[in-house]
Order: sequence, then structure tokens, then C-alpha cells
Amino acid sequence: MSNKIWVYIDHFQGEVLPTSWEIVGAGLELKGKFGGGVTALVFGQGIENLAQTAIHHGADEVLLADDTSLNDFRGEPFASLFSRLAKDAKPEVILFPTTTRARELAAMVAADLDVGVLTDVTALDVQEDGRIVATKPVYAGKVLSKVVSSSPIQVITIRVRAFPKPKADEARGGTITRVKPAIGEGEITTRVVEYKKAEEGVSLVDAGVIVSGGRGVSNNPGLEPPSDITDEREQEIWRARQGFKLIGDLARVLGGAVGASRAAVDAGYIPYSNQVGQTGKLVSPDLYIACGISGAIQHQAGMRNSKVIVAVNTDPEAPIFKLARYGVVGNLFAVLPPLTEALKKRLGK
Amino acid sequence: MNIVVCVKQVPDTAARVVVEDGRVNWGEAELVLNPWDEYAVEAALRVSEEHGGPVTAISIGGGEAKEALKPALAMGCSQAILISDPALKTLDSLATAKVLAAAIKKVGGVDLAFFGRQAVDADNGVTASQVARILGWSALTLVSVISSLDEQGRSIRVERSIEEGRQVTEGHLPAVLSMVKDFGEPRYPSFMGIRKASKAEIPVWTVGDLGIEPPTSTVSWSEVMNPPTREVTCEIITGDSLEAMAESLAGKIIAEKVL
Repeated sequence: MSNKIWVYIDHFQGEVLPTSWEIVGAGLELKGKFGGGVTALVFGQGIENLAQTAIHHGADEVLLADDTSLNDFRGEPFASLFSRLAKDAKPEVILFPTTTRARELAAMVAADLDVGVLTDVTALDVQEDGRIVATKPVYAGKVLSKVVSSSPIQVITIRVRAFPKPKADEARGGTITRVKPAIGEGEITTRVVEYKKAEEGVSLVDAGVIVSGGRGVSNNPGLEPPSDITDEREQEIWRARQGFKLIGDLARVLGGAVGASRAAVDAGYIPYSNQVGQTGKLVSPDLYIACGISGAIQHQAGMRNSKVIVAVNTDPEAPIFKLARYGVVGNLFAVLPPLTEALKKRLGK
Repeated sequence: MNIVVCVKQVPDTAARVVVEDGRVNWGEAELVLNPWDEYAVEAALRVSEEHGGPVTAISIGGGEAKEALKPALAMGCSQAILISDPALKTLDSLATAKVLAAAIKKVGGVDLAFFGRQAVDADNGVTASQVARILGWSALTLVSVISSLDEQGRSIRVERSIEEGRQVTEGHLPAVLSMVKDFGEPRYPSFMGIRKASKAEIPVWTVGDLGIEPPTSTVSWSEVMNPPTREVTCEIITGDSLEAMAESLAGKIIAEKVL
């Protein structure tokens, strides 16, 4: 265990989150600047095959813990084991993906080791002395900060889609070392009862394409709600749902995810889990299509790093057009159906 | 239930935050209670209303940070404490967690400590987990629903928002909870609440009062920059018909090679 770069592989019930492989990629980029290769840590139950997959993606060594107490991610058993291993092996850099689980794990491991933690960074730059200067968006990306940890172990979580995923090579070999849990069930204060799965669909933060809706999704007075919906607010929500159907149709054709502005979420048009922006999710897809979104500063903070932005809005003065590469001034109810058809045809779907 | 809620003062999210002369500047924008912390205050108050017990709001900062505690008081918190000390000028996440953990211990007999999921300035989102770890309490982060609270059995059941949906988790008390927006809209302060808050005495604790050495911060911001400006001019798509416009836009999107 002489590798000085460690990466943590986050998975849900054996399904690796794609961003975990990006973290392996980030680790590989640091190779040569620190001693040895890259060690990947894989904890769970019935996940032995992931160790091999981690090696295929570029890990030189895997520390594998397979135990019933690690079946669900829980901070206590995961952090206790991780911290014990780190105290023994003294890596210089530990990289985590910024997922719900790994962010918590990084926080706890940093507390255990009494070291700093840099979160949600988008770039890594290694100085002569081995200090990493990381780039971290702060104030929801309105400002970029260079952050440095002076701790002997540099704990860092990396933002999704900030590093390229390494190609898997099934011929690659590496060592797998089995490790045992550090604490028993009796020392763990939490218990996972069950999961309520979200609706299937493309995850917003991983998505290469996002189609988002704002206030404008309910802007179709011509659309008559069914007669049993008499309440004005209910009618508005019904109209908005029709708008989001069109947005969903386009997203499906592009293999993308559905997003929303805070205005749409607060108006009850769509669940909060779809919100893009400063108090929602920060996304950076290759293509972001904003429909009926004016582009408040808080929304811009969440999506301004998208590669290509397309805006559809009835108001030619809407701030969203200042970020957009292409714009259509018009109502999304009129614009989206033919656009979906045209793209469907061109993509051969 | 003895409840604590930890809050932070941050610039309003509507603020245009820029770097000027190497420093972060938010102009005339107001400093407000961190929006995520409003959900934490709401959750703390709802638990207190159902199960009884005081809610103590705690913040760290200079004297001006009292302004972040006032909205918490106005919403209904029973008391507020400001931790203020020249030795705590710039704190990283772990140092912050150490100070808050010490403060929660000093309050004494606390069953639940609430946090917002993250502060909208540094966007770290690690403080709640670290406080739980330091105290050795159950960490229940990203909570969207508090399903049940069993005072006799000393346990709490919550739903947590994770990538895959919701995770139903049970934890022993005492516990640290960080709240997300799904929990429900925070209440507006009442007129009476605002009046009470404006007159409230907010005690100040120093590091010495907490009985700890000032923690050392190891994480620093070595430089702040404005993000590169988006060099983009918007091409407005026009055409004789909606179909023609759609065809034109579809062609341009395909040509960007982002699909």
C-alpha cells in the first residue's frame, strides 16, 4: 500500500455512479506527481466485481471491503474503516466524487484525520512542494476560488463532469486487497429502513443534455383544462404539466434530463429535485435548452457552465438570451413540438 | 426535546457577487440568513411545536452576525447565541464544526441539532456531517421528511434525499440533521416575532467560554477570481414558419456536436 493517491468509488447497490470513474481519471492525472499509483477504495456488500472494474478504469490497487454492515452507505462504518486505513497507509491525496454519500464520507474522514477538506472542486493544479491548488466555484459559481489545504493528507471532493472518464481496459491488471470493517453493528447509531426509488430518468447532474422549464410552461391560455378542474391554481398547474410534457418529449429524444427554474418549482409545477440554480442543482451539460425561463441570476449560477445554451422565450429582452448561443423568441408550446420532430428525424429516432 | 439550530449569515442570493481588487464584493446587497438554514429553523420549530422544548439558534461571526440570528428568533426560536471571538476570524469547515460542536455541548442536554444542507457562500455542505462525527451523534443529512420521533425510544426516523430517490433511515438520539428544501416552506416571521427579535438580548460566547483552544484552519482561499465571461452572441433563429425555424435550429444544434 505505497500508493499516495487514493480515490473513492461511490456506488448504489453495486451500481457505480458514473462520476466515480471521473475521479479515477482525476487520480490518474496526478500520477507521477505523488508516489506510486492510484488506490481505489470500494466498500459495500456483494460488490466484489466492482474491484475488477475499478482496475479496468485505471486503479493499480483496490482496497475492497465486502461486509453486511456495509450493505447500505452509512457514515459511521464507512468513515471508521476509511479513516483507519488512511491512518495506517498515510496517503497524500484522497479524492472523492461530490455525491451525497461521498461528500458525507469525505467530511467525516477529514474530521477523523483532523485535516482540511476541499469540496466540489473543478480543477487540480499540483505545485512543486506537492500542495494541490484546487479551483472551486463559490457563491454558486459567481466567483471562482483557488483553495489549498495545508494538511498532511489532502482530502478533496471533485465536481461531477469536471474530469474525463478514463476508458475501461479489460486487459488491465492490478492487486485487490481485502479489508475488514473497523466497527461492528453495535457501534453504529443509524439503520437504513428502505429506499423509495425516484422515477426512472436521466439524472440531472450527470446529464449531457438538459431541457428545462420555467414560469413560461403554464403560459398557454388557449389550452382548456378538463372541466372538473375548477380551481384557478389547479388549472395553472394543469397547464404547466402540459408544458413539462413537451419538455419531457424533447428531453427523451435527446436522451437528456428535465430541469426547472425555481419559479416553476415554487409554483408547484414540478418537484424540487428538478430545480437547477443556486438553491437547486448546479449543472454543466453539453447542451442546455431553457424554455420559458427568464434567467434570474440564481438560475444562471446553476447552469452558466453549460457548453451550448439554447433559449426559448416570449420576451426578447429576457436575460437568458445573453447566455444563449441560439435563441427563439416565441412560446414554448408552439416552438417545442416541431423542434422535437425535427431533431427526432435528424437523429434517426 | 432540547433543540439547537445552527445558522450562518451570507450575502443575499440575488446579489451580483464579483471579485474587485482581489476581494469578493457583493456591493450593497444585504446579508441574510442562509436560505438553506431557513429550512433548518422551520424543521426545528415544527419538532418543538409537536414535542415541546426550547429551540436555541447559534451562529458564529462578528457582531453583525446577530442580524442572521434575528430572523431565526422572529420565526420563533426561543433564544439565540452568537459565538464571536477575534481568534475565529477565518474558519474552515472543520474548525467551524469544532466550534459548533463545542457550543452544542455547552448548551447541554441537546437532543437534536439542525443545519441547512450548505451555506450559499462557500457551498461546502460538510459542516453537519463533521459536527455529528465530532460529537459521535447520528448523522442524518439531506433530510426531506421527519417521519417519526420516539422520545421514549430515543430514536428518529427520516427520509433523506439521495441521487436515487429517498432513503428511509432511523437514527438514535442525539442526532444531527441537515435539511433540504423538500421539507417544506419556512414560515414568515410574525409581526410580534419581529418585534420580539429586535429587542432580544443575544448573549455572546467567546472561545474561552466554550472551553476549547481556538481551532486551527488548514484550508484557505489563496485567490479569488471572476469566472471567465461567456464569449457568446446569441443568434436569434427566424423563419417563415415554426417548422422552418425548428429545422434551422435542429440543424444548428446538430452542427454543435453536443449530442
